[in-house]
Amino acid sequence: MALTREDITHIAKLARLDVAEDEAEMFRNQLSSILEFVDKLSQAETDDVEPMNHVVPVHNAWREDKAEPCPAAMRDAVIAEFPEREGDLLKVKTVF
Amino acid sequence: MNVRELTVAEAAKGLTSKKFSSVELTDGVLKLADGRKDATHAYVSIMSDQAMLQAEESDRRRSKGGAISDLDGVPIAIKDNILVAGQTATAASNILKDYVAPYDATVVGRLRLAGAVFVGKTNMDEFAMGSSCETSCHGPTRNPWAPEKIPGGSSGGSAAAVAEGTAIASLGSDTGGSIRQPAAMCGVVGLKPTYGRVSRYGLIAMASSLDQIGPIAKTVDDAALLLKTIEGPDGRDANGLPIPAEARLPEKITARAKGLRIGLPKEYFVGGMDAGVQKAVEEAIETLRGLGAEIKDISLPHAEHALAVYYVLMPSEVSANLARFDGVRYGLRVKGETLEDTYRKSRGRGFGREVRRRIMLGTYALSAGYYDAYYLKALKVRRLIANDFAQAFNEVDCILTPTSPTTAWNLGEKLDDPLSMYLADIYTVSVNVAGVPAISLPCGFSDGLPVGLQLIGRHFDENVILSIAKAYEQAADWRLARPLPSN
Repeated sequence: MALTREDITHIAKLARLDVAEDEAEMFRNQLSSILEFVDKLSQAETDDVEPMNHVVPVHNAWREDKAEPCPAAMRDAVIAEFPEREGDLLKVKTVF
Repeated sequence: MNVRELTVAEAAKGLTSKKFSSVELTDGVLKLADGRKDATHAYVSIMSDQAMLQAEESDRRRSKGGAISDLDGVPIAIKDNILVAGQTATAASNILKDYVAPYDATVVGRLRLAGAVFVGKTNMDEFAMGSSCETSCHGPTRNPWAPEKIPGGSSGGSAAAVAEGTAIASLGSDTGGSIRQPAAMCGVVGLKPTYGRVSRYGLIAMASSLDQIGPIAKTVDDAALLLKTIEGPDGRDANGLPIPAEARLPEKITARAKGLRIGLPKEYFVGGMDAGVQKAVEEAIETLRGLGAEIKDISLPHAEHALAVYYVLMPSEVSANLARFDGVRYGLRVKGETLEDTYRKSRGRGFGREVRRRIMLGTYALSAGYYDAYYLKALKVRRLIANDFAQAFNEVDCILTPTSPTTAWNLGEKLDDPLSMYLADIYTVSVNVAGVPAISLPCGFSDGLPVGLQLIGRHFDENVILSIAKAYEQAADWRLARPLPSN
């Protein structure tokens, strides 16, 4: 499956990834080869086959709907990882 | 006390008989790790202070008459995508270069409770994407057997550390072969448990339906001990399964091959492997035959599609799992004009090429117009592959293959051709696709480089593959060969 430069631009946007100009062509070539390789899947006969989401059947692994407080040390450790903060609040670029 | 040679079992014996203390053992391992850090570069970070504290605590416990387990006081290395509270967990990526883990992974917590000492965090391919440990943002790890060669990947650091003795054993993770293949490349034992047997809580996710944490060690017994310590549901991995009573590991693995049926998938033995690898594997088959195993030809009819299935499913799941690395809550933030700009710059700058390649592949496979042809199709062929294994296990108890078609290749050799790197995974990926357990163990050398043998078992049948592995290990004894340090 040969990808175009527009495809790469589109995919990069969907994935929120910057792709430098000098990399775009390399990625285009490599992704095209890889897709060509995986295209052979179309040869497999799968007419009455159910997709397999779980290798070992596990369904609805529930836990009790009970709030579990976060240990103070862990909370502090998580907040310490904020790239930018004001007090205990995470600072981000405006969403809207 | 030769730290390079010790197995966990021997270390436990030495500690119990007071031949040495955990402080002496840990100090020895740390000195060696420091000495080898430029040569092999197995470690991203070495936890000297904490390790010595753990060692002191272990000795104190032991002197009061209470060693907790055979792992008490034994230095273990942890792959850098598994969280150890208070220590950096970089997943070998610039996007997490300074990230400090806020909690222990379940497996780490369990090792800690067993008294294990943590030597440090080992090097790996970035976000576990690679088969050579070359995509790491910290620089590659070198194979202790030959410094110009790759150690395998993605758990290259964990395997190299065990091979050179800078850890008595280690933990790695395996999504498409990332424990087994580096174990094979480095001449040690690597086990990928049944999917669902070991909790993934605290493992930086790569592909959620394929990832498993597992042990890398010098012997089958050591690997079994580590598995026993880390396995079991924890209420935090939604795909964790209780271990069936008959699947529980015994105190000591019984070495046994007699009367067991070992299948050789004909699709795997039609060339495509190096002559040296083939020779070593064929000799191993004869050894097993001599031990009384029944060797049968079997078929895995959809084997030819396993790589394609894996290289659609894995990148798809990767694209979802790595969406969280967006410069917002943790990790590298490169500020842009807008929020989207921040996402794109942080991810563009923070992720290496292989990671971006796989994210894009997965994004494409899941995108509108392509989802059915790629992702859904791959899920269907996945079932066919899983069925192949189930069918085969009606006729045999264990499936035998080489772990890798080649021995370790030169650093840099395959970096420019990702597809050629992917093709090296041919014997390992179907195991993750089907969720079955598999172990790689040393079975010889080719041109001085280790060759690994892979034994694949039924779901939760680690007992059988460990038994056969142990029987082979005792008969062949490749583990006595240790790499000579090249400093």
